[in-house]
Amino acid sequence: MMQFSSPASHPPLLRVRDLRVGFRKHGQVLEAVRGIDLDIARGEVLGIVGESGSGKSIGMLAALGLAPPNAVVSGSVQYLGEELLTKPRREMRRIRGAKIAMIFQDPLSSLNPTMRVGDQIIEALRLHQPQMNARQATQRALELLELVSIPQPDRRLRQFPHEFSGGMRQRVMIAMAVANGPDLLIADEPTTALDVTVQSQIMRMLRELQAKLGLGLVLITHDLGVLAGHANRVAVVYSGQVVEQADVFDLFQNPRHPYTRGLIASIPKLTESGGRLYSIAGSPPALGRFPPGCAFHPRCERAGDICQQLAPPKTTIGGSGHVSACHFANALPEWDSAEARVKE
Amino acid sequence: MIATARLYLRKPFAGTLASPMLLFGVAVILFWIVVTLFADHIAPYEPFEMVARRLQPPSWQHWFGTDALGRDVLSRTLHGARHSLPIALVVVIFSVVLGSAAGAIAGYRDGLVGSAIMRLVDVTLSFPPMLLAMAVAASLGPGLGNAALAMIAVWWPVYARLMRAQVLEVREREHVEAAIAGGAGNARILLKHILPLCWTPILISATMDLGQVILLAASLSFIGLGATPPTPEWGSMISDGAAFFYNWWIAFGPGLAIVSVVLGFNFIGDGVRDYFDPRSR
Repeated sequence: MMQFSSPASHPPLLRVRDLRVGFRKHGQVLEAVRGIDLDIARGEVLGIVGESGSGKSIGMLAALGLAPPNAVVSGSVQYLGEELLTKPRREMRRIRGAKIAMIFQDPLSSLNPTMRVGDQIIEALRLHQPQMNARQATQRALELLELVSIPQPDRRLRQFPHEFSGGMRQRVMIAMAVANGPDLLIADEPTTALDVTVQSQIMRMLRELQAKLGLGLVLITHDLGVLAGHANRVAVVYSGQVVEQADVFDLFQNPRHPYTRGLIASIPKLTESGGRLYSIAGSPPALGRFPPGCAFHPRCERAGDICQQLAPPKTTIGGSGHVSACHFANALPEWDSAEARVKE
Repeated sequence: MIATARLYLRKPFAGTLASPMLLFGVAVILFWIVVTLFADHIAPYEPFEMVARRLQPPSWQHWFGTDALGRDVLSRTLHGARHSLPIALVVVIFSVVLGSAAGAIAGYRDGLVGSAIMRLVDVTLSFPPMLLAMAVAASLGPGLGNAALAMIAVWWPVYARLMRAQVLEVREREHVEAAIAGGAGNARILLKHILPLCWTPILISATMDLGQVILLAASLSFIGLGATPPTPEWGSMISDGAAFFYNWWIAFGPGLAIVSVVLGFNFIGDGVRDYFDPRSR
């Protein structure tokens, strides 16, 4: 079947299949990520949204071989067809920071406080491009700071991280991430630790860079609102599983999983004043205490007997790669996207 | 006015400069450094020569009196700094280097290698330091060099334990994770991203330990395992004085020297700690 020439039709940069991450504890393995499938294409922005502890971060870390030593990782993660999970550490090191770069949540603590910012960028450059001499690296570091719109880059290069504001530090982190011309950028809650005004600046800049450099971008966040403006496709993660995945437009127009609906309804709306914000009842299950059947059923308004017993199959909705893991994916009431609630 | 001035001064050195204890410590240690460098010129007599009648009490000619052989105690005390200060420095520096390296490896690689290092540390630290140093020094034979070796053998585990704790804490920080995600290798991560953040407690401890090591060196010499006669080492001088209990001045000179050096280093150590750790102010 023909598809639009949407980014998703390119061969995937990163192809994650049945990724599982467990932690050994008292002789048993507690799974935090329970079989995630994802595809990220070049030039595409994939948003991964989920609550804290849903496994969204640890899944991506594990994909890059950055899971803690006590983690058990299985499944398949292919970067341009190469399997990453079985790659030797030394080769993984050559991919990390060069082909696949990562941006972390807290820019305040992601830079080495004892090194000048310029030296850190230069280190990142020469680590993967050892043929670069000191002058070239400094020149490139200057260009990178300009690229992320840091004023007076030559002065800034000689400063230490504590002389930078949070937003500036995140810009430096982004500059370091794109320093070696990666194909794929994984941003783990890149704006969570920042002021709201700075958040939007950083997000816009990330998007501009992503478009300019043609990167694949994975945006991990707990804020579905951020993804509405910036992602092409969204994967909703709950209890270590992707419960719904769709084009961003489809997801907001026609969410087909009660959890997604709950998340969308929880986004505060500017048009509504007063009243209580919507929230999903209950709290996410603790690691290793996932309920049988559909992990979401104890919090789900729609749950029936089948949800307690049988894990929901992946149901395809429409033809644009919209998938929902809900027994009632097609039976859910119609969604009023303007009001962000079920049509009555 | 005063409040603003204090606030202004507080920034880099104010808190430490304002401390009279630190100033005193620095003054004392500076004095002893000068003495170490210029003992020949400062000391009124030759340290090895019998310059007067034996067992003279303090007088204007001999401020600290003379010892059992008629040597000037003041001159010998001043010359003694040439042995005690360098030995303390050597022992602490080597212990810091050795201990930090072992501790850093143990902290970064907390597998079999790390456990092996830390068990060795535990065993070493479970002995009273004096006893272990005595045993090592005795097996190596007397002499200041051997005493130094013995003291290093006793002292490095202190820094190994400190450094391991630091590395364990720092390696969990986000910038280390970011460096790993950037593709940095183990050596680079340990040397550039972890160790530079670990030195503060080591530095504080090392400053304080300088005094303790001088004390330990003197103790070893006192029981005859350190400096050999006629070396004017403070511990062995006190040991000489112990034989002439009623001629108190023989032990008084070196005793005063030891007390002042130990106190000086401790005051500096306190100052260094206050400077690095604002919470203790």
